[in-house]
Amino acid sequence: MLQTQSTQIEARTRAVIADNIGLEGPLLPILHAIQHEFGYVPAESLPVIANALNISNAETHGVVSFYHDYRREPAGRHVIKVCQAEACQSMGSDAVARRFQELLGIGMHETTHDGRVTLEPVYCLGLCSCAPSAMVDGEVHGRLDDESIAEIVAEARR
Amino acid sequence: MTVTVFVPRDAAALALGADKVAAAIAREIEARGIDARIVRNGSRGMHWLEPLVEVRTEGGRIAYGPVRPGDVPGLFDAGFLTGGAHRLRQGRTKEIPFLARQTRLTFARCGVTDPLSLDDYRHYQGLKGLEKAVSMTPAEIVAAVTDSGLRGRGGAGFPTGIKWNTVLGAVADRKYIVCNADEGDSATFADRMIMEGDPFVLIEGMAIAGIATGATKGFVYIRSEYPHAIATMREAVRIARAAGILGPSVLGSPNAFDMEVRAGAGAYVCGEETSLLNSLEGKRGVVRAKPPLPAIQGLFGKPTVINNVISLASVPVILDRGPQFYKDFGMGRSRGTIPIQIAGNARHTGLFETAFGLSLGEIVYDIAGGTASGRPIKAVQVGGPLGAYFPTTLFDTPFDYEAFAARDGLIGHAGITVFDESADMLRQARFAMEFCAIESCGKCTPCRIGSTRGVETLDKIAAGIQPVKNLELVTDLCNTMKFGSLCALGGFTPYPVMSAITHFPDDFAPRAVPAAAE
Repeated sequence: MLQTQSTQIEARTRAVIADNIGLEGPLLPILHAIQHEFGYVPAESLPVIANALNISNAETHGVVSFYHDYRREPAGRHVIKVCQAEACQSMGSDAVARRFQELLGIGMHETTHDGRVTLEPVYCLGLCSCAPSAMVDGEVHGRLDDESIAEIVAEARR
Repeated sequence: MTVTVFVPRDAAALALGADKVAAAIAREIEARGIDARIVRNGSRGMHWLEPLVEVRTEGGRIAYGPVRPGDVPGLFDAGFLTGGAHRLRQGRTKEIPFLARQTRLTFARCGVTDPLSLDDYRHYQGLKGLEKAVSMTPAEIVAAVTDSGLRGRGGAGFPTGIKWNTVLGAVADRKYIVCNADEGDSATFADRMIMEGDPFVLIEGMAIAGIATGATKGFVYIRSEYPHAIATMREAVRIARAAGILGPSVLGSPNAFDMEVRAGAGAYVCGEETSLLNSLEGKRGVVRAKPPLPAIQGLFGKPTVINNVISLASVPVILDRGPQFYKDFGMGRSRGTIPIQIAGNARHTGLFETAFGLSLGEIVYDIAGGTASGRPIKAVQVGGPLGAYFPTTLFDTPFDYEAFAARDGLIGHAGITVFDESADMLRQARFAMEFCAIESCGKCTPCRIGSTRGVETLDKIAAGIQPVKNLELVTDLCNTMKFGSLCALGGFTPYPVMSAITHFPDDFAPRAVPAAAE
């Protein structure tokens, strides 16, 4: 069973590599596509990528670990990113972060036990003119208040 | 006649419910059997009024905002399709004071057009710069950009023409144009707005840069936190390629230029040009030592122009109207216009493009209208997480690269965050160090370790532990970081920290420590 699963990951990884190998500097596009495919970057993918690009395992590991975006394990079904940068700070993003944590019962960088929601800080969404802001699965929310925070959490938990 | 209703698709408008407003308008149009269409334009930059809905009438475009989905039936009842009176009516868009006071050169079309309509783009003077460029020699184009006085809008303020000239003079089998769209500084969103609101102007600017320097390939490196900008740019590149603006023969000329949009992966330091190049190459985004300059050995070791979005997007108007036209705006060595981004605790937040030279006070009080909270201003941070905090006593500083430098600050990417009196400057200084620790690429010791020691030392000051000695230590540490780091992350983190200490000493004074809870 385990054997089959890792063989399957390798096969899907090869397909992703084949789609991107023609690009100049293909590693980041490949890793983005892998994360899109699996929801995270599986450890089993890394040697396959290293082999295809003729780089060392250390190099792929170094790149994956450098960038905040790449996950080593799957996130919750929904990911809430709460902006904690200066413009949002000036509009009370500390309290917003606390509110999300209270309602979800988890801390930053954590996932609810049912695997539904992951909460993360983000340093700027470019929504500094409608602070405080957050992004939920790529959808943006500005001028957050208690009401909209509660709505976001209820929606994500559903 | 078909009535045109504009509902922005800019991320700031979306964050405030623009999609729901557009859907509500579509429903009313359908239900009432009205002959009207909805255009999803970019944002005008008046974000406190978003979603800002506009209607094209015989008397010009009339604005209504901020519109909520529930307001829509009432707007139809009030006859807003012909500019009818309503409590959300803001009058003619171009006469709204915030917009009327601006000089829109780079952002001339942003919010006016459908961002992905090439017809709109051409109708509003698009492609005029590129059309001129294809009939000029590379040296003439570079000279025009140099003569305009344009300086890098990413923050460093390096003359764009000089950079281009170095790449033009470099001999290589391949050269690149790289657009730095890794706009990670808090308080900045100008790059995002232009990419979402007028993407063709960036494509045009990059094509001109390619022709000017002999580069045939361009990359736009956009941060992953901007999914809407990435999608819009990718679609715009596809449209431009299909229309012959990009490809083997740019506008039918012998010049080849094509480009690709790449997404970043959440590393702030990749906004630093050499780490961005490493990232594009598929490496860790670690800063490179200079020299060699990217203009000589940049992407994949080839001569590379690397410019900020706004620098490149300002090139078409310079070519179209001529360098002198652009140069006539501004003050001192800061020529042309700058899109100032007003963020945080301000009443009128958004983007204000204007000639250099307004004072900080004029921007914060007259244009931004003071704080959103109504409480007095304590500080404004100019230039993002690496920019200094200015107290109100320095509000006479004119918006100019040199004037800010003279007051131990920087313009950076021209973002301004307003803080009211509730701000705790020790906490802000601590955050600057903390952010540096999170985002340091790790190459330089003062940045990698100094930032963590900075957080610890500021925590000691907050706890009242040997405050005098520890303040001296932070000052010394800032000095080491400033002079011992390769790039602006370690080198400029001292700006917010030291400005907070210098201008707001009371916040660093020993405080009454509350009794421990345990």
